[in-house]
Amino acid sequence: MMTKAAVSKVRPGSAPKAGSSAGAVAVSIDASGLETRELNDRLRELLLSGAKRVEISHVCGQRYIGTRLYTPERHLMEIDIRGTAGNDLAAFLSGHKITVEGNAQDGVGNTMDSGEVVVRGRAGDVLGFSMRGGEIYVRDGCGYRAALHMKDCEGKRPVLVVGGGAQDFLGEYMAGGVVIILDRDGESHESSFMGTGMHGGVIYLRGTARVDQVGAQVEISPADEADRELIEEYVSRYLDRFPEVDMTKDEIMASPFVRLTPRSKRPYSGLYAY
Amino acid sequence: MDRKRRSRRELYTKEICACSIFGAMNREGDRFTGEGVMKAIASMRVRGNGLGGGFAAYGIYPDHRDLYAFHLMFTGPTDPARRAAKQELEAFLARKFDVYFDEEIPTDDSVFVRDPPLLWRYFVLPRKEGEDAEMTEEEYIVREIMAVNSKIENAYVFSSGKNMGCFKGVAYPEEIGEYFMLDRLYRGHTWTVHGRFPTNTQAWWGGAHPFGLLDTTVVHNGEVSSYGTNRWYLEMYGYACTLQTDTEVIAYAADLLMRRQKLPIEIVAKILAPPIWAAIDRMDEKEKRLMTALRMTYGPLLMNGPFAVIIGETGRMIGLTDRIRLRPLTAATRGEIFYISSEEASIRLISPHLDRVWTPRGGEPVIAEMKGYEKGSEESYEKGSEKSYERIC
Repeated sequence: MMTKAAVSKVRPGSAPKAGSSAGAVAVSIDASGLETRELNDRLRELLLSGAKRVEISHVCGQRYIGTRLYTPERHLMEIDIRGTAGNDLAAFLSGHKITVEGNAQDGVGNTMDSGEVVVRGRAGDVLGFSMRGGEIYVRDGCGYRAALHMKDCEGKRPVLVVGGGAQDFLGEYMAGGVVIILDRDGESHESSFMGTGMHGGVIYLRGTARVDQVGAQVEISPADEADRELIEEYVSRYLDRFPEVDMTKDEIMASPFVRLTPRSKRPYSGLYAY
Repeated sequence: MDRKRRSRRELYTKEICACSIFGAMNREGDRFTGEGVMKAIASMRVRGNGLGGGFAAYGIYPDHRDLYAFHLMFTGPTDPARRAAKQELEAFLARKFDVYFDEEIPTDDSVFVRDPPLLWRYFVLPRKEGEDAEMTEEEYIVREIMAVNSKIENAYVFSSGKNMGCFKGVAYPEEIGEYFMLDRLYRGHTWTVHGRFPTNTQAWWGGAHPFGLLDTTVVHNGEVSSYGTNRWYLEMYGYACTLQTDTEVIAYAADLLMRRQKLPIEIVAKILAPPIWAAIDRMDEKEKRLMTALRMTYGPLLMNGPFAVIIGETGRMIGLTDRIRLRPLTAATRGEIFYISSEEASIRLISPHLDRVWTPRGGEPVIAEMKGYEKGSEESYEKGSEKSYERIC
């Protein structure tokens, strides 16, 4: 059952090179039967030995893939995942690029710092939880509590783009960053409690939202020119990553968008005041 | 480097997590062994901690399909105590039931499990005499099970339906599966499974999931913080909560609402996980009246706190989460097989290609029904598999 990774010999300590790693030879790992810890240990070993690209096949629920990959020297690599990535994919991710050919579960990008996550499928609950930098692109929809307490941090501005719909509590306690819900299939925004407790950042929804779907402290306004420029930029990046999507940028941008922003940076400042 | 502290930290390689639940139904009624569901639940091992695992399997006793299959555990501290409990139970059964066949539940004793009780099964029919003749069989059985579980020391009926059975204990669920040889001895059309991480009470064999009454079973991930209120309400209807864990109330609530009061699951879901008042305020007049009436009538059955459950019945499997979905649940279909799980990966492990995978909304049940479940109606099977609540309003 346990399959050993086919680790190519790379000289330990070879200096990381900046820039794109496109074309770098990928090291492959067969994750069948590997436990979470074993898989992440393997990834860290590969990173330290200078690997630039890793392909992991038969991923089936292993958690925290991509975490523990920070190095002071900022070694970076690309990780391609085939299968179903387990909970907390890309937790604390530090600059790496992760692509999932399949679906992801709960907690993708938990407290992610920087880098990029691309999910060629759907994501579960608490997507982008406490994310403070980097970008996440999900081709299809996501579950409850996406962007929960997402935040700006030290000049970083996290971005979450979801091609499908989002379920309830999108942007709950959101403190910063940008969320774009494209709702390609036109099924979302039945969701409720959007932006509950939100006190920073911005959510863009393709289509519209009713007042009763958002938290009390959320303002719904139509996206203006500057907003649409920003949205268009990320729609382009979304479509670059998912050429299989059967909509063009013009088709997506032909719809109106609304912007959800907090009315106040301190929604509860009066709560305990006399 | 503080070495001592480091080694102490390394003790915690276990992730502090949650329970796992899994269910699979063949909607055509074809039966399969427990091997697949054991593999699926084992893949979520990190969610549990080895202090409870169990299975409900439907369609496993076709040779005794017309008899109620009572699974008993005798939990005394010593073998003589367990034998004494068995003797007392059998004297009770002899007065109240016709026992057609009984045997020890076969186990593989090479599988290590801690403190296994004596496990026995009885295939019975109720013998209603005197005033009891008026009662339905089911009422009679429920009453007698409550009597056993609350009055006969160290004896617990943990499974009591026809042509189905629960198997559970203190170990990881896949170990319980091996202990009872579910991959070799049984074939069922519907299986539900649970891996436990007990949070509020001590682990013991009776406290493992599933919990069941007649053919209704529940596996549960979460915490019923309204347990006290729920229990008090259910006791008024004759349900004795004896198993020291919150999930028991969900099983009895399901029995009360679905079997005794014959409410459709869509309504039951709105009793256990009702919409919040603000959402009710936005409903149209008819729906608002219904939801208000349900909340007024069944307030004490509201299950507060985070939960995801799979309710099993003969021919039906229902997934439900709390109304704001504080526990995960994924549903999927592949051909005639319907899956419900805490995690998608465990479904993919045994069925890599799926027709549809989705995350049900909080408080809205996902329902898998076997062909012909509703009075042999083809139509109900076609529509029934992903039935939505809208149909009843």
